[in-house]
Amino acid sequence: MKRRDTLKAISLAGFGLAVEPVEAAVPAPPEKKPVIPGGRQPFEAERDAKLKAEKFFTPHELQTVTVLCDIIIPADERSGSASQAGVPAFIEFMMKDQPRNQTPMRGGIRWLDNKCVAMFGKPFVQCTKAQQIQIVDKIAYPEQASKDMTQGVSFFSMMRNFTAAGFFTSQIGIKDLGYVGNTPNDWQGVPDDVLKQYGLSY
Amino acid sequence: MNTFQIKEAPTVYDVAIVGSGAGGGMAAYQLTKAGAKVVLLEAGGYFDPADPKYITQLKWPYESPRRGAGTTRPFGDFDAAWGGWDIEGEPYTAAKGTEFFWFRSRMLGGRTNHWGRISLRFGPDDFKRRSLTGVGEDWPISYEDISPYYDAVDKLVGIFGSKEGIRNEPDGFFLPPPKPRLHELMLKKAATSIGIPVIPSRLSILTKPINKDRGQCFYCAQCGRACQAYADFSSSSVLCIPAMKTGNLSLINHAMVREVLTDPNTGLATGVSYVDTISMQEKTVRAKTVMLAASTCETARLLLNSKSSRFPNGLANSSGVIGKYLNDSTGASRSAFIPALMDRKRYNEDGVGGMHVFTPWWLDNKKLDFPRGYHIEYGGGMGMPGYGFGGGIENLNGRIPGRNGQKKAAGGYGAGLKDDYRRFYGAYIGMAGRGEPVPLESNYCEIDPNNVDKYGIPTLRFNYKWSDYEVKQAKHMQDTFEEIIHALGGIALGSKPGPESNHGYGLEAPGKIIHEVGTVRMGNDPKTSALNKYQQAHDVKNLFVVDAAAFPSQGDKNVTWTILASSWRTSEYLFDQVKKKNL
Repeated sequence: MKRRDTLKAISLAGFGLAVEPVEAAVPAPPEKKPVIPGGRQPFEAERDAKLKAEKFFTPHELQTVTVLCDIIIPADERSGSASQAGVPAFIEFMMKDQPRNQTPMRGGIRWLDNKCVAMFGKPFVQCTKAQQIQIVDKIAYPEQASKDMTQGVSFFSMMRNFTAAGFFTSQIGIKDLGYVGNTPNDWQGVPDDVLKQYGLSY
Repeated sequence: MNTFQIKEAPTVYDVAIVGSGAGGGMAAYQLTKAGAKVVLLEAGGYFDPADPKYITQLKWPYESPRRGAGTTRPFGDFDAAWGGWDIEGEPYTAAKGTEFFWFRSRMLGGRTNHWGRISLRFGPDDFKRRSLTGVGEDWPISYEDISPYYDAVDKLVGIFGSKEGIRNEPDGFFLPPPKPRLHELMLKKAATSIGIPVIPSRLSILTKPINKDRGQCFYCAQCGRACQAYADFSSSSVLCIPAMKTGNLSLINHAMVREVLTDPNTGLATGVSYVDTISMQEKTVRAKTVMLAASTCETARLLLNSKSSRFPNGLANSSGVIGKYLNDSTGASRSAFIPALMDRKRYNEDGVGGMHVFTPWWLDNKKLDFPRGYHIEYGGGMGMPGYGFGGGIENLNGRIPGRNGQKKAAGGYGAGLKDDYRRFYGAYIGMAGRGEPVPLESNYCEIDPNNVDKYGIPTLRFNYKWSDYEVKQAKHMQDTFEEIIHALGGIALGSKPGPESNHGYGLEAPGKIIHEVGTVRMGNDPKTSALNKYQQAHDVKNLFVVDAAAFPSQGDKNVTWTILASSWRTSEYLFDQVKKKNL
């Protein structure tokens, strides 16, 4: 991915922000207090606002995360990519929300850059697409990875899990998955054709 | 402002109830309907599932910046329950080598905002375990004493289920149960084939309307978020709010009760003192009768902290039994992947909140090496994705042939991985055993000699260890789970929890299942129990306990339905005693 494209992806993620509560159910109170979104306790709303105002990733780190998560979940004929679904912003928030993630993430990016410098003379995001895939192939398959790559495997597994969680809980990802619930319904059991498919009946 | 000036309200209420969960809510409902003037004290804030201010129901994961992760609420951002196992400023401790995790919900309705709506009656045997097995304790009442109240709760609150005629799983007045989901049909077929029964769940969810104040279930699977249609049971929507509408209930929120007050001459309860957690002022309310429903451990704490020269060991504690026999359900679980469920056709499979089928205890403990049973709860289906979706796929996708029939390397990335998530969606199942422990005197909570909470109230110290009875039961659960997974043609995930895992065979820590009972138990002998068979203190006749603290044991059933029934029974007894001028 070209740097220009990466930056575009980042800004898309910034605007795509499928993470803002869309409903602010409480009418604005007379005095200038922060609005507590529906379903939040005041301490939670304050905490969320504070975390959102903080920055964890450096621009370089955010770029690295963006490239990695689009390698993990790229756009295909059915749906967009992880960064188009706002995954980098979600990962940024989770670093601040659950600080135990910070060292494995920051250190993991650093590990990756060091390996890339040793192998290609450049940090990960500045490598060619082919070089990026070359290093990713060494850390993306836990059962095949060599002994000098195990820390990278742990890092990539963490990235994979964050990316999947972020993508499939976004609007794009939910549509991709085909989840059609979370709406008033009248459950009358498994559809007949599905019952037939599995040889089951009521 | 002098915060140590105690504000005393001039009113003397008929009854002061501490705690607004299932027990306190039911007592408030029954007593106010009967015309008593009641004050209900709740340590947390007001909550109404229908008020948009509080609604999380039907929100999407992307409406939470953490996609519903459990950072500030243990069961996730959208769970209705405020609080959890850790509450800032309200600590507790455990004695060395022991542990207990204490879940608290500080809000109207208490922990009814959290539970799975599983509403099982105790059976006849559950009231006489000591007689039947030689360990544990009998209740001072039998199934016949409480069954009319179970019937009444079924009708007032609403429950779905099916008549099965199983002797120790008594049937009730059931609304129609929802049809099983696909994985539940498969589970039923598989488990039944190896002799394990699977029957419709019994949940307090309205599959048909029962009155004009409450709506009907609209199948969003989100009872845990509290229902804006009031179509499931929460103490707030079904009991407390209707009680307020009688005009006889004064609800005081943010009232953290410090102690039960007594008259030094008569030894009778005169009211309670509490801290207003917003203003931090010390206040009291006066009442002719005090009912405690603060939750099993909080009620014990309150009584142990209510010391006076007349009651040096704490109130109603001449037996010394208060705090003892604390017991939580056992819990162990396992999950599996069902290849036959891959590449499923999509449709709305949300259903009600929770499982549509379950397995009641089906074996005879006389033929086993542990004395108590368990039931099995099932999970799975095409649910709404949440935080953690797809986690750990690198442990699974190398074992499953791809669309071309070939296995590929585990883990990976790119279009193939993206497709794996789609293919695997809805193909996972989980099972969790919930079992009855043997209540032991050595499992107890006591006042911590060294610590107080932020209100200056002495805190609890727990002493709790599972015994061999529970560990052996957990082992049996794990063996059963594997048998069911095998019968299903599934792939069990993770390795089988062995003797060294968790507390033995994946047994959860005490308190993790949030079913604790027993700390202020009832009984016929005042030397070994704190309450009589009407949950009235042996030592203080105008003091009652209407939560699960009163229960000598808990069956392999969830206790909420029994809390509701016994609180109703106690409320009726209180009214009768007042009429007879005994109180």
